[in-house]
Amino acid sequence: MTERAVATGTPARAPIRWQVGRLVERRVETPSAQTLVLEVPDWPGHLPGQHVDLRLTAPDGYQAARSYSVAGPVVDGPGGPRIEVTVQRVPDGEVSPYLIDVYGAGDPVEVRGPLGGWFIWRPEETAPVQLLAGGSGIVPLMAMIRARRETGSKVPFRLLYSVRTPDDVIYADELRRRVRDDFGLDVAYVYTREAPEGWRGEPHRIGLADVNTHGWPPDLEPLTYVCGPTGFVEAVADLLVGLGHPSRRVKTERFGPTG
Amino acid sequence: MTEMSYLDGNMLDGPLRELFAVDLSTAMGRCENCGMTGSMASLHVFSHAPGLVARCPSCEEVMLRLVRGPDRAWLDLRGTTFLQVPLPLEQTRPGPL
Amino acid sequence: MGIVSPGFQGRPRTQEPALPPGQYLTEDFPVLSAGPTPRVSLDTWEFVIAAENGTEHRWSWQELMALPQETPMVDIHCVTHWSKLGTTWQGVSLDTLLDGVDTGAHFALAHSYGGYTTNLPLDDLRGGRAWVAHTFDGAPLAPEHGGPARLLVPHLYFWKSAKWVRGIRLKTMDEPGFWETAGYHDYGDPWREQRYQGD
Repeated sequence: MTERAVATGTPARAPIRWQVGRLVERRVETPSAQTLVLEVPDWPGHLPGQHVDLRLTAPDGYQAARSYSVAGPVVDGPGGPRIEVTVQRVPDGEVSPYLIDVYGAGDPVEVRGPLGGWFIWRPEETAPVQLLAGGSGIVPLMAMIRARRETGSKVPFRLLYSVRTPDDVIYADELRRRVRDDFGLDVAYVYTREAPEGWRGEPHRIGLADVNTHGWPPDLEPLTYVCGPTGFVEAVADLLVGLGHPSRRVKTERFGPTG
Repeated sequence: MTEMSYLDGNMLDGPLRELFAVDLSTAMGRCENCGMTGSMASLHVFSHAPGLVARCPSCEEVMLRLVRGPDRAWLDLRGTTFLQVPLPLEQTRPGPL
Repeated sequence: MGIVSPGFQGRPRTQEPALPPGQYLTEDFPVLSAGPTPRVSLDTWEFVIAAENGTEHRWSWQELMALPQETPMVDIHCVTHWSKLGTTWQGVSLDTLLDGVDTGAHFALAHSYGGYTTNLPLDDLRGGRAWVAHTFDGAPLAPEHGGPARLLVPHLYFWKSAKWVRGIRLKTMDEPGFWETAGYHDYGDPWREQRYQGD
């Protein structure tokens, strides 16, 4: 691991300014989600779970900005630090279809970050971690899973990932590989519309049994991170509190319906 | 859809960082209406609106409003009686000679 | 202005003469909300006009429905830049509601179930330009759009058309409402692009 500065989480000393990033690589994750690798020369580093604002400007000055979770640790490239964001296409959206269909290699985008010091996991934490993802809510949680391996943390992680269909699993191959290679990482899925061949049970929305079976019991005092659409986060947070997890140890991040 | 969804106070960090040097979403705030003290990150933020409206998760009263014009911003905190902002520990300084 | 992202256009922004400056046309009906949607039962719903001298005029739901109804077809303009043309409503004109109200006030503060407020000159509620609307597009106004009833003042930005309207207080002095105390314009004429204070 390189020594590139990792934000320490202490308050920054100046307002964060917009800077210019450029697309250096894109990866298709699912039919509707892609990962964009952006080169951001003055990126100061970030903690897993933090997000970044991307701002687009049209020739007539019209602007649109959206927040995206940073998907993994900073990577050093020849032109400077690189960060990854994973963009889920929002039908009729204004920004996500552009980023997926039009935005090209080398094109500039304005970047502001890292943002958000609350929904973060610090690798020096020792409590077991449970992650509950709904749809593209996996992104900041994947950043935590990647940071865990990168920093050599031995903290046990459990991920419960709710998706509509098997085709909607973002980072599917990497998760399979990490379950094999990252000792202490468990991954389970809930399918809401269509389950894969041979999967036991019917498609269903995440319920008490899922959280109880695939999460940590409250007496282990885990740190819990829940990320997804508002309805998912509400439902899961209620289940967790019902199981006895103190709400101060359940951190949530809701996704808005903008795109 | 009948209920407008809201976001977590986490999302306030970006818009507020235009104004402040610290991440206020990690601050604690006290609701003027019900007195609950909690993380600003746990506020319910209604963002599909002419500005951002952050409400107390306990009583749903407005604690913070932020309106961003092209060249100005308005921040209304009348619903918040205090903000407690975490800062790094002050190092002991040498006393006067 | 920021760095132009090649190929980015954003939402179509038309130059149609029917649109005020800075607006784009939308076919759907975006839902904007500053808080949770209040649930108001028609049994307890009421609309109150309070004059500056303290006199109150009240209408129950049944009383409102018994008044003469109008069906305005109007264009609406939201300060968040969308406009929707040719929307059809049904409701009671504020001329009808203000008819028996003795007032010398020049300003009005509309207030809503859920706590929202917005201010506007009383004259703008008169002259066939404002309604308490309960029906949109032939159906009862949905809660997320302000049902059971909302103010409809289409010649001003749509934040003046208070959702879940509960009453109007008549004022001798202008008293800024929810958005007007946080930077938005006291009048809000879309054709003069009066979005923020000072515009």
